[in-house]
Amino acid sequence: MKSGTPEAERSSTSAERAGRDGAPSGTMAVEARGLTKLFGTNRAVDDIDLTVIEGEIFGVLGPNGAGKTTMLNMLATLLPIDGGEARIFGYDVASQGHAVRQLIGVTGQFASVDENLTGRENLWLFGRLQGLSSKKARSIGDDLLAQFDLTEAAHRPISQFSGGMRRRLDLAASLITRPALIFLDEPTTGLDPRNRSQMWDTIRDLVAQGSTIMLTTQYLDEADALAGRIAVIDRGRKVAEGTPSQLKAQIGTSTLRVQMAEGADTAKAVALAAELTSNTPIVSSIGSGFSVTLSDANQAADVLIALRNHQLSISNATVEQPSLDEVFFALTGHASEMPIPETEASAP
Amino acid sequence: MTASVINPTAIARPVARTVKASVSIRDALSQITTLAWRALIKMSRNPEQLVDVTFMPILFTVMFGLMFGGAVSGSTAHYLPTLIPGIIAMTTITACVAAGIQLREDMDKGVFDRFRSLPIARIAPLAGPMMADLARYAIAAFVALTVGIIMGYRPGGGVLGVLAGVVLAVITGWSIAWIFLWIGTRARSAGAVQGMSMMIMFPLAFLSNAFVPVDSLPGWLQVVTRVNPVSHVISALRDLMNDGALTAQVGWALLGCATVAAIFIPLAVRSYSRRV
Repeated sequence: MKSGTPEAERSSTSAERAGRDGAPSGTMAVEARGLTKLFGTNRAVDDIDLTVIEGEIFGVLGPNGAGKTTMLNMLATLLPIDGGEARIFGYDVASQGHAVRQLIGVTGQFASVDENLTGRENLWLFGRLQGLSSKKARSIGDDLLAQFDLTEAAHRPISQFSGGMRRRLDLAASLITRPALIFLDEPTTGLDPRNRSQMWDTIRDLVAQGSTIMLTTQYLDEADALAGRIAVIDRGRKVAEGTPSQLKAQIGTSTLRVQMAEGADTAKAVALAAELTSNTPIVSSIGSGFSVTLSDANQAADVLIALRNHQLSISNATVEQPSLDEVFFALTGHASEMPIPETEASAP
Repeated sequence: MTASVINPTAIARPVARTVKASVSIRDALSQITTLAWRALIKMSRNPEQLVDVTFMPILFTVMFGLMFGGAVSGSTAHYLPTLIPGIIAMTTITACVAAGIQLREDMDKGVFDRFRSLPIARIAPLAGPMMADLARYAIAAFVALTVGIIMGYRPGGGVLGVLAGVVLAVITGWSIAWIFLWIGTRARSAGAVQGMSMMIMFPLAFLSNAFVPVDSLPGWLQVVTRVNPVSHVISALRDLMNDGALTAQVGWALLGCATVAAIFIPLAVRSYSRRV
């Protein structure tokens, strides 16, 4: 590690130079090429290329078990990389882990704070570990507690915290040294809607203050709402990458969404829509409607006329840009969430 | 290292920062102390974790003193100078086992993931609790000693001899604990650590000269007990506490501890660093 000293110093001075000249747009926060992780014969992460540009929110979208967390852990130096390479702000993750760890903050899926300590003690601990003086660690900790609405709970042990409070404290603990790149692993999984929207606001604030964020999520609306660019991961492979609208544009021009007046008519209606559009409709989770991708927006009229001719009554119909749900379905051939069998069973 | 390419444009805009290539010794010591503080807080909030260094030595001293005293030395009072150093060694070694179990429990919790994601010395999350555990070994030694004195033990080595004995016991506990720490990093669960540690702890503590004179043992067992570093520690403790004498046994004991530490510190640190 010692031989790395001059290089690291050189690069930090050149970083300051770059800052003075006006930071170049498009600096790479994360550059991964051919990233691979093997668990036995299972390729948990399989040959993934990724680029995260400084200052953006990059979303990694995929269902449970797609390899999102594994990928994040490799980038955060928590798991060894089995194949390919990754750089964080130019530092090689495999060989310059210590430098990388100074630039990142990691908030995992499960709160990584100490159950035995109070909120205040936790933040002090992590501040001290990162080289802050005792006093500085305490004042930054108190600021963060206030910012995350945790002041009243500051002296309670974490075991008495609610899920939302733990998440907030966990994120606060990742922000003590204001890391340049923050990894958030499913930041809102398990949060109630209020805490969820608070977390979204916090994430947007962080980016506004200059941080770069790479987050994983299995919620399509979350990726859509937060991320400037999204990589879709399925079974360890990257199946698509782009802005939300680019991804939507990848599949057809529009989507017809139909709500049936009688839930019992849905199966018949789906069969008709499939026949007319030659696409596989997705049955909505409550089962009384469906959506189908259209290669031509005029097909919407064909479907609706066919429904009328078969005396299948609708309560609502819209034509819109496809949702990320449909994007996911089109990219991977299966739906992003569990009720897949229902969809397949009702398709002709 | 050949000149690896480092992106010159990089680093952090939120706060301009310098990136250090490695942890300085001073930073590492501060991190270890901070994590020792965490372990002490944990200890003070879970006092039941101190049972093995408080009630155990009381129980063992009273039990063995009354049971074996007559048989081994003719009377309990005559047995105490043999027994108390043995109990001190045994309870410190028993107390070591907890180091591995607690490390395993800690590693299974999320907070260890955070430690591993921080730019801190790799050894700090191991060494911090190890530093805090010194207090446990000292407590174990003092409790055994106090019970012994109540039962009539009068150490001939005086205050200095006794203190030297306690220091040796603490050093022994710290060195032997690395064995169990290593097991803690290898085993799959805290329960497995417990089971494997017991299999090492019992022979280490009992196949020694702790409770009976070595001469009374069958020949092959005499060889085993003489090789066991714990026997040397106990002999050294007896020399220090009963006679106030700094004998060769003290040297052998320290050498044994150093050897155990030299083998198991690298093993534990390496296995810990690789742990997923």
